[in-house]
Amino acid sequence: MSLIYPRESAAIHPANASPEYKSTLKRAPSQPLVMLPHSLSETTGPVFGHADVSELDSDLTRRHEGEPIGERIIVTGRVLDEDGRPVPKTLVEIWQANSTGRYVHVRDQHPAPLDPNFTGAGRALTDSDGRYRFVTIKPGAYPWGNHHNAWRPAHIHFSLFGPSFLSRVITQMYFPGDPLFRYDPIFQSITDENARARLVSRFDIEATEPQWALAYQFDIVLRGRNATPTEEPHEH
Amino acid sequence: MSTDRPSGSEEARLTPSQTIGPFFAYALTPRAYGGAELATGAMAGDGVPGERIRVAGVVLDGDGAVVTDAMLEFWQADAQGRFHATGNAGFTGFGRVETTTEGGYSIETIRPGALPGSDGAMQAPHLTVSVFARGVLTRLMTRIYFSDEPANQTDPVLALVPAERRDTLIARRGEDGVFRLDIRLQGAGETVFFEA
Repeated sequence: MSLIYPRESAAIHPANASPEYKSTLKRAPSQPLVMLPHSLSETTGPVFGHADVSELDSDLTRRHEGEPIGERIIVTGRVLDEDGRPVPKTLVEIWQANSTGRYVHVRDQHPAPLDPNFTGAGRALTDSDGRYRFVTIKPGAYPWGNHHNAWRPAHIHFSLFGPSFLSRVITQMYFPGDPLFRYDPIFQSITDENARARLVSRFDIEATEPQWALAYQFDIVLRGRNATPTEEPHEH
Repeated sequence: MSTDRPSGSEEARLTPSQTIGPFFAYALTPRAYGGAELATGAMAGDGVPGERIRVAGVVLDGDGAVVTDAMLEFWQADAQGRFHATGNAGFTGFGRVETTTEGGYSIETIRPGALPGSDGAMQAPHLTVSVFARGVLTRLMTRIYFSDEPANQTDPVLALVPAERRDTLIARRGEDGVFRLDIRLQGAGETVFFEA
């Protein structure tokens, strides 16, 4: 199946020049982007498989001797293309802070405890229906140096490939009703309110496992449309 | 079923990008953390046909300061100009590195072949590059061409780039044989980034 990648769809991505987020000030290009035609270099991309991902990789609570401290959660959803069709067997990578808002990363200076039973990195492949599922703990909010009293809303980083270089995206999933949304320049860098809302997972009582873990649904839509729509049959 | 937003109407609208942030390494480039790496800067295993090359440089910000927390991804054709998405004899065409504490990157691969462009005109050999970093909200796309390729003169993508900026996409081969190209996110000598 051949996909096309309409440029208009990508207009919802945040502008790199978003001065409220201070790290952009010296890192956002100042020159206009050059329009690149879509050749094989862009419409192809790496494919990952079961050699790259094990079943255990999607359970972030079972990677150490004991269980991590925090609220155990299930994060699940579907990866779709712009036609709403599932993107099967595509790689999803996630990483996050622990329940105290501290990352394992050596440069994280937040004075909150590390959890010896939590690293916070996971991988999964979507199934034939485009669905992925992680078990993890709910990450904590944490302070950062962007401005006085700056806090990141709790989030999980997501990295996806999809079928090509053009469908590649890295994003962040948030939790519903977070009071920090309005103060966060990274979340607010997306100017379209509806587009921002698409980064907020939704609580899902159906996927919740009784006596065990709450569940959040987060669907992800990647670039790519069928080049030959089939909704309307053509008679020739 | 409890929902906090309606499903359906937004279902096939793109998920917006967010920054990779500063703390990705233990998940995406986890060598120092003892994790299994999906891909590295060693892009071509022994026995992959083609001229073996090394490409290296530094990532710089608008002040000329080194960017020590960027992730670069590379995607390329094989020596015959073909793509091997699932890997073929130790070559997938995909590489991933984080910048070093000096802002440096380095990959070892094979020189890609020329391949057709969108309009059928041949494209000069090149690498396709994604730049992710703290302070970069939406992935930056660029390319790396090679200074010793005569086909650069007729490459359809280089032709779209203002002549005075083309050098920002062309790695120059040093006396040590290494192709060098710095990536400047902003300011004087700013790298050409693409919208695709």
